[in-house]
Amino acid sequence: MITGLTWLLACQLVGEVLVRLLDVRVPGPVVGMLLLFVVLRARSVGDDAAVVRAGQALLRHLQLLFIPAGVGVVAYAAVIRDNLLPLAVALVGSWLLALAAVGWTTTLLERWLPGERAR
Amino acid sequence: MSETWEWLLTSPLSMLLLTLLAYRVGRQVQTWTGGHALAQPVLVAILLVAPVLTFLDIDYTDYRAGAELIAFMLGPATVALAIPLHRQAHRLRGFVVPMLVAVLLGAAVSITSAVLLVQVLGGGDVLARTTAPKAATAPVAIALAESAGGISALAAVLAILAGILGAVAGPAVLTVLRVRDHRARGLAQGAVSHGIGASRMLADHETEGAFAGLSMGLTALAMSILLPLLLAVLL
Repeated sequence: MITGLTWLLACQLVGEVLVRLLDVRVPGPVVGMLLLFVVLRARSVGDDAAVVRAGQALLRHLQLLFIPAGVGVVAYAAVIRDNLLPLAVALVGSWLLALAAVGWTTTLLERWLPGERAR
Repeated sequence: MSETWEWLLTSPLSMLLLTLLAYRVGRQVQTWTGGHALAQPVLVAILLVAPVLTFLDIDYTDYRAGAELIAFMLGPATVALAIPLHRQAHRLRGFVVPMLVAVLLGAAVSITSAVLLVQVLGGGDVLARTTAPKAATAPVAIALAESAGGISALAAVLAILAGILGAVAGPAVLTVLRVRDHRARGLAQGAVSHGIGASRMLADHETEGAFAGLSMGLTALAMSILLPLLLAVLL
């Protein structure tokens, strides 16, 4: 668990350092994720590796990690109540439009572009 | 007695325990309801923790500081999303171009529609800037809203609500929209509901979870690039 967590934190740290050095507006953990992907591919890491086990343990409880930020809803309850209509409609409407845009575009491009169709 | 009470209300230990217990209850509710889509542990936990804070008159900033240890793990967990992707990497073949085009388009649609809907319904400029990055994962939405002139903490809340919406309704809506390919379903979910949506997909189907995670990362990149440009045009 500790070995795996060390890998994850190391990738995050390198990601954080890279985005600061290159001055790009991308979150460090996202760059860390791409880094870890490259490492996993390059070393063809198997399912019993420490990093895989630690990572999957974390991912099983991903929703737990969003609770502290989500509880922030109490701090903004008044703002949300006062602007309920625009916020709710924009949240749901924009969510639905983008979901359909990505789902349909992907499906159509997969059908039109040559290449393997795997399911 | 009152000193002990005071300590209890401010100690990080109480905040961590409260969060873990609420999550535990959320998981239990999920089991009891046979995995009902509405019974997302994060939703149940927020509905439990929020009234407790209000009732005990605990400031959100105090709670947030106490629960920081849990929020901190979001970083390594985001890195860990590379793992399902690695296990599903063979499915990336022939998918890179559709994926990149769709994610860029999705980010543009998401930002534009959010800004226009807030404006048309009279939400005003600041709320439009706050709502625009809500499809990005919470830490990214915070950073983007801040630099765009929105309210960053509210942007995090909206991002989490968008995530919960995806966890609850995403798979069913995708089925109604006739999106059946597992990769396309994951990609769409990750583009609008980031990590929370991905966690639901991971529970349903590993391919969908892997592509939702990848899509979350790509959407964060796309939003960072597109948001300043689109806001300059729209507002």
